[in-house]
Amino acid sequence: MFRRTFTALSAAVLAAFALPAAAQEDGPIVIGEINHFKRMAAFAEPYRKGYEMAIEEVNAAGGIAGREIAVIYRDDQGEPGEAIRIAEELMTREGAVMLTGSILSNVGLAISSLADRKGWVYLASEPLADALVWSEGNPWTFRLRASTYMQAAMLAEEAAKTEATRFATIAPNYAYGKDAVAAFKEVLTALKPEVEFVGEQWPQLFQIDAGAEVQALERAKPDAIYNVTFGPDLAKFVREGADRGLFEDRAVFGLLSGEPEYLEPLGAEAPEGWVVTGYPWYAFEGDANAEFVADYTARWEESPKNGSLVGYMTGLSVAAALERAESFAPEAIRAAFEGLSVTGPVGEVTYREIDNQSTMGAFVGTTAVEEGAGVMVDWAYRDGAAYLPEDAEVKTRRAAE
Amino acid sequence: MGLILAQILTGLANAGALFMVASGLSLIFGVTRIVNFAHGSFYMLGAYLGWSLMQVLPGSFGFWGAILLAWLGVGLIGALVEIVILRRVYAAPELFQLVATFGVILIVQDLALMIWGPEDLLGPRAPGLRGVVRILGEPVPKYDLALIALTPLVALALWALITRTRFGILVRAATQDREMVGALGVNQRWLFTATFALGCALAGLGGALQLPRGGADLLMDFTILTSVFVVVVVGGMGSLPGAYLASVLISVVGVFGVSYLPQSTLALTFVVMVAVLMWRPFGLLGREEVAGELGQVGPPEDPIAPASARMRLLVGMALAALAALPVYGSPFALVLATDIAIFCLFAASLHFLLGQAGLVSFGHAAFYGGGAYAAALLVRHAGAPMELALLLAPLIAGGLALGIGFVALRASGVYFAMLTLAFAQLLWSLVWQWAGVTGGSDGLIGIWPARWADSNTVFYLLSFALSVGGILTLRHAAHAPFGYALRAARDNAPRAAATGFDTRALQWAAFTFAGAMAGLAGGLFVFAKGSVFPNELEIARSFDALIVVFLGGVKTLSGGWVGGAVFEAGVDWLTRFDYWRLALGLVVLFIVTLAPQGLVGTARALWARVRP
Repeated sequence: MFRRTFTALSAAVLAAFALPAAAQEDGPIVIGEINHFKRMAAFAEPYRKGYEMAIEEVNAAGGIAGREIAVIYRDDQGEPGEAIRIAEELMTREGAVMLTGSILSNVGLAISSLADRKGWVYLASEPLADALVWSEGNPWTFRLRASTYMQAAMLAEEAAKTEATRFATIAPNYAYGKDAVAAFKEVLTALKPEVEFVGEQWPQLFQIDAGAEVQALERAKPDAIYNVTFGPDLAKFVREGADRGLFEDRAVFGLLSGEPEYLEPLGAEAPEGWVVTGYPWYAFEGDANAEFVADYTARWEESPKNGSLVGYMTGLSVAAALERAESFAPEAIRAAFEGLSVTGPVGEVTYREIDNQSTMGAFVGTTAVEEGAGVMVDWAYRDGAAYLPEDAEVKTRRAAE
Repeated sequence: MGLILAQILTGLANAGALFMVASGLSLIFGVTRIVNFAHGSFYMLGAYLGWSLMQVLPGSFGFWGAILLAWLGVGLIGALVEIVILRRVYAAPELFQLVATFGVILIVQDLALMIWGPEDLLGPRAPGLRGVVRILGEPVPKYDLALIALTPLVALALWALITRTRFGILVRAATQDREMVGALGVNQRWLFTATFALGCALAGLGGALQLPRGGADLLMDFTILTSVFVVVVVGGMGSLPGAYLASVLISVVGVFGVSYLPQSTLALTFVVMVAVLMWRPFGLLGREEVAGELGQVGPPEDPIAPASARMRLLVGMALAALAALPVYGSPFALVLATDIAIFCLFAASLHFLLGQAGLVSFGHAAFYGGGAYAAALLVRHAGAPMELALLLAPLIAGGLALGIGFVALRASGVYFAMLTLAFAQLLWSLVWQWAGVTGGSDGLIGIWPARWADSNTVFYLLSFALSVGGILTLRHAAHAPFGYALRAARDNAPRAAATGFDTRALQWAAFTFAGAMAGLAGGLFVFAKGSVFPNELEIARSFDALIVVFLGGVKTLSGGWVGGAVFEAGVDWLTRFDYWRLALGLVVLFIVTLAPQGLVGTARALWARVRP
C-alpha cells in the first residue's frame, strides 16, 4: 500500500516538475490569458465571454494556418506577484505564444515589465494606465483599450464646449484617479485657458464617505464636476449627490460612468444629464455594433458589457496578429502587432507603431433614464486616434525607449 | 455654522453601521477571545440577505421587516459557524481561531458570488425616508437622521441586555474570567454560541441598515474590516460604550478630513488610532490586559531540542535534492520553487516572533513590503546594484521594526497586534500616497536581478541559499541563549524579569530580528518579480503569513516554513479551478478542525503515537 502511494506521489511530483512538452507543431496555438476572474468578477466575466466568442468565430472559420487557437484562462487573485508566476508558467510550460489580459493597472504593469525582460508579447487588453505605453512603455507591450488619457481628453473636449469655468474633481485616491484628473486638467486647460479648478476630492477606493465628499464639493461651489469614481463608490456618490442636490444646475462629466458595468447597477437612480464615456449597446441599429450585440446576446443569453467588447476585440487582435506574423515566435508576433489593423464592431483599430497604443476609441454621450434603466443618449463613437498627443509629445512621454 | 452641523450629522450617520459591526466584534472578542476576521463577511451577508428580502417584502413594513430578518438570519449563520467550526478549536493555541475565521471569509466570498452574482447591487431606499430635510439651510438626508436616532437605540438595547439580564451578567462574567464562569457551572458552550451569534447578528444588522446609503458588493467584507478593527481597538476591546465613542470619533474626524484635508483619506483613521493608543494603550474605555489572560491553553510545550542526527541527515538530503532542482526541474518549477522559498522565509520570520517571543503581529507585511520597497527604491533612485540592495533590505526593514517595535511594544496582546496593523497601514498609505517617489499604486517596475543572477536557475539558487540560510539563522537563534530567554519572557514575564532579564528589550530585539528577516524575503521578492506594488504591504499579506504560521503549527520549530511551503504550493494549484476560494476555505477549515496543533504539531503527535 505504502509503496503504491509512494509511487503515485512520486509520479505526480515528477509530472509537476517535468520539463515542458515541446511546443507542438500541429496542436492548437496557445494564448495565455491572465485576469482577476474572482476579484473583479463583474468585469472579468463579460470580458472572458467576449474573448471566447471571438476565438470561437476564428476557429470556426478555420483558425490560423489550419491550426485552432486555444486560450488558457488563469486567475491571478488580483496580485501582481501571482500574475508574474502564472505568466512564466503559461509561456514556459503551457507553450503559450503570447500573453493577454488584466484589468488592474498594477498587474498590467508587472506583466509588461516581465514581457520586456523575457521578450514575450503582451497585449494589455483592459488596464488603463498611461504609464503602460508611455513612461514605462516597452516594445513588447501593446494596449488595446482607450487609455485614461484618451478618455479624459474626450470628456475635456466636451467640457470645453460648455459655459462652465469653475471645475471641481472627485477621483479615487490611486494612480488611475490621479492620471485621470491630471489628463483632464491638461487637455481642458489647453482648450480653454480661463477654467479654474476650485476643488479636488480624493476618496479612498471603494471606501468613499459619500456624504462628506458631497458636502466638500458643494462647499467649493463649482460650475461643473468631473467624476472619476466608479463601482460601489459611484453608486454611493450618485445617491448622496442627488439627494443633497449637488448635481442641480451643474454640468457633470463622468469618466467610464456610462459603461454598463457601472450604469446598470444604478437602475432608475442613474444620474441624468451627465456627459460620460461608455458603451450604449442597447442603441445600435443596423451596423457592425448591432450585429455584435445580437451575436453576443444569442451566444450568452445576456446583454454585453463594455468588457465584452474589449474581450472580443482582444480575441480579434490576437487572431489578426497571428495571421500576419511570419511565424509564431515572439519576435514575429511582436513585429506583426506593430501597425496592425483590426476591424471589429467599432470599425478599424490600429496598433500605433509609435507607442503600441491601439486607436480603439470610446462612446461619448449623455446619460438619461429610460424605462427604469440608465442609458446613454446623443452618443457618438470617438476614434481614439484623435485624442492622443502629438507624436513629438508622445516620444518625450515614452522616454524609456 | 450650518455646514459644520451638517458635517457632524454626516459623521454621526456614518458611525451607525460602523458601531453595529464594531460592537459585535468587540462583544465576541470580549467573551470568546476570538479575533473574528470573518466579521466583515457577516456584514456583507447582512447586506445581501437584506437586499434579497427587500425584493420580496413590500412597503415600509417589508423594508424594516427585511432588516430584522437579515439580523436574525445572519445571527443563525453565525451560530452555525460557531457550533460547526469554532467549537472544535477553542482548545487550540492562542488566536488560532482566526485561521478558522479566515476559512470562513473565503467560503462566504465564493458563496456570495454564486448566489448573488458578480454585479454590485444597489440598496433599496427606505420607504418614506427618501430625500432631505433642510437644517439651517443645509440638506441632510432623512435616512441619515433615522440612522442617527436608531444607533443609540441599538446601543441602549445592547447596554440593557448586558447590564440588566442574566445573559448579560454571564457575558460580563465570562469577559472577566471565563474559566471561573465555567467552574461555577455555567454552560460555556451555549454562552459562547449565543455571544458569537449575537455579535454576527449585529454585523448583519449593520450591513442591512447601510443598504439605503449604498448597496451590496463583493468587496465590502474587506473594505469595512480595517475601520472596524480600528474602532474596536480605539474604543477598547470588549467595551461597548468604547465602541460607540470610537465609531463616532472616527467617523466625525473622517468627515472633516474629507472636507479640509482631501488627500488624507487613506491615513487619517490610522493616525487617530496610533495617537489614541499612545495616550491610552488599551483604548479609550478598555481595561488593561492581565498578563497571560489570553491563556496558554492546551498542554504545555515540550522543551525544544536540537534535531537528532537522523533528522539532520534527512533534512540535509532534502535540501540537497532541492538545491539540485535545476538539474531535473522545468523552468517553471524553478520559478515556483523560488516563490515558495521566499514565502517560507517570510512565514518563518513571523513564526519566530509568534512562537519564540509570543508576540502576535497583524502587520508583519510592513517589514516584508518595507524590505521590498527599500530594495526597489535603492535600485530605482540610487542606482544600487542588486547585491547592495539585498544587503540593505533586511537592515532597513530591521530599522523599521526597531522604530515600530519601540512604540508597539508599549502595549501587549491584541493591542500590540492592532498597533502593528496600524503601523503597517500607515506605511501602506505612505507608499500609496507618495507617488513621486514610490510610484503609488502603479508601483516600481523593471527592478531585475544583476546580470550574473539573471537566469531563473541562478536566481533560484540565490533565493534558496538566502532563504534556507535565513530560516537556519532563525532556528539557530531559537536554540541560542537568546531563544531561551525569549521563551522565558513569553511564558512568565515577571519570573523572567526577576531572573534578571530585561523582557522588553528581549522582545524588542526579537521583533527587530524578525522584521529584518522578513525584509530579506521582501528584497528577494522584488528581484524575483521585477516589480513591487503596495500589495506587498497590504493587510492581506500580513494575514497570509499569519495563517500559514498557524496552519504549520505555532508551537513547533518548523511550523512557519512548512506551513508556508504547503500553503503557497496549494494556492498555486487550487487557483486553476473555478471556485478555488471555496475549495481553499474548506481545506483550511478541514486542517483547522482536524489538526488544531497545525500540520507539524499534528504530524509530530502522530509520530509520537506510532513510536513512543
